[in-house]
Amino acid sequence: MLKLYDYELSGNCFKIRWFLNILGIEYESVAVEFYPSKEHKSAWFKEINPLGQLPVIDDDDFRLRDAQAILVYIATKYDSSGNWYPSHDASQTGEIAQWLSFADSLTATISSARLATTFFFDFDLEKCQTGGHELLRILDEHLWFQEQQQLEWICRGRHPSLAEIACFPYVALSEEGGISRQEFAAVRRWTDRVKRIPGFIGMPGIFPAGS
Amino acid sequence: MNSLEIAKSCSTYSCWHPLFALEDLEEGGVPVYTQLLDQAVLCERLSEGKVSVRLADQQRGPDRQAEDLHSQVQFGFVWACIGPNPQLLFDIPEYHEPDRRNVCTGVFGVEVSAPRAIENFLDMGHFPFVHTGLLGIEPHTEVVDYQVTVSDEPNEIVATECLFFQPQAAVGSVGGVVTEYVYRVPHPFCAILYKSCPFDESRRDVITIFVQPESEERIRAHTMMSIVDPESSDTSIRLFQQMIFGQDKPILENQFPKKLPLDPLDEISIRADRVAVAYRKWLASGGVRYGVIPGAQAT
Repeated sequence: MLKLYDYELSGNCFKIRWFLNILGIEYESVAVEFYPSKEHKSAWFKEINPLGQLPVIDDDDFRLRDAQAILVYIATKYDSSGNWYPSHDASQTGEIAQWLSFADSLTATISSARLATTFFFDFDLEKCQTGGHELLRILDEHLWFQEQQQLEWICRGRHPSLAEIACFPYVALSEEGGISRQEFAAVRRWTDRVKRIPGFIGMPGIFPAGS
Repeated sequence: MNSLEIAKSCSTYSCWHPLFALEDLEEGGVPVYTQLLDQAVLCERLSEGKVSVRLADQQRGPDRQAEDLHSQVQFGFVWACIGPNPQLLFDIPEYHEPDRRNVCTGVFGVEVSAPRAIENFLDMGHFPFVHTGLLGIEPHTEVVDYQVTVSDEPNEIVATECLFFQPQAAVGSVGGVVTEYVYRVPHPFCAILYKSCPFDESRRDVITIFVQPESEERIRAHTMMSIVDPESSDTSIRLFQQMIFGQDKPILENQFPKKLPLDPLDEISIRADRVAVAYRKWLASGGVRYGVIPGAQAT
């Protein structure tokens, strides 16, 4: 069975749990206590991922780190619909890769701000918040233009893609890092749509859409 | 009055406040900064479990001890009092029982006042909606009536006969049960919860929240469990508690105003809020002015 090295309060681990749930794939979760014991920096875990980062998967002895890489792997291997990562279409794949990279920038800013406010990590909070706010502004503008073309999702096409899975968690957790989404109406409409994608699950800090 | 003046003028200044889990401080390590009642303090773990806490802007002369704040280690945490005459710190007798697992379950930063955090801890009504599938689940949403007593000796609030259906009451629980809670509030910013123990019907697990008010609207919430559970690992106990707290955090941060209003006319209470009503009255009569919006008669 696929094994996920997992931490409940991590947005990057959440995106893997959520995507596996969408596809209906059973997995075994191995809890790694990121806080307060910093188990992801322990000797045993660094043998699994020398970068000391979560998540990591182990699928039949194939080991992979990096949340975005794991999403690409799972979609390519298990999503028979091909909707989440349409690898035959150059423009779509390129766009998705662009937003997967954007998701990494969300981790570097919004996730870091949240680690500073909630878990007292020694980061430059103001810099993380300014950076995160700027990324939300860029996403908001992009989503507004998509809406003008009757497109509901980040990338072209009628179906949500891995870009949604990768970008949503730290957008939805931004307020825990002290970054408000109040002025980003298109982002807020998009997070509501994402929560209504079948198979959505929440995590601490992210509630499902009201019924 | 600014926040610091409010702190100095009210009973909060002579309370003990938690700063760190002792295990999170390195023995002989460099002093660690934190904030308490709008002031920066430095905490240092010395040898043999001793600690030293001082105001960060205090110049140090030859007599270091005379400049230290009152401090003590209790329940696995470092406590400090900035005021000159600390009140007695409450006890948790169960904590000292030899077969208990005492686990510090982490400290979390939250943008809310200390009394709002305590009030949320005392509230069963939110379980099915916020801790869905764990501490509550629809349609089991009713908070049946329970008893609240306020005593003078010791000066604390106790709520008993609190019954609630819980799908997974604790990390060691299997299946849903009606759990019985007892709440104790022995300190304006600390609360203790006793709940049915899944491993021993005759005893109760203890879960505590000790709130460190960094400012009037920003806290560090320290949590601790003292439980009878021979099976679960410390890590799994901590992870369960973190999940619960992670669910509470956005609820706490979206309360408005962040300070707790003490005037009974400011927010509408229902029967299920009996303990919260008693808590607000108790804060007012105890002269707590920090992190609250005083009632009309107090201003």
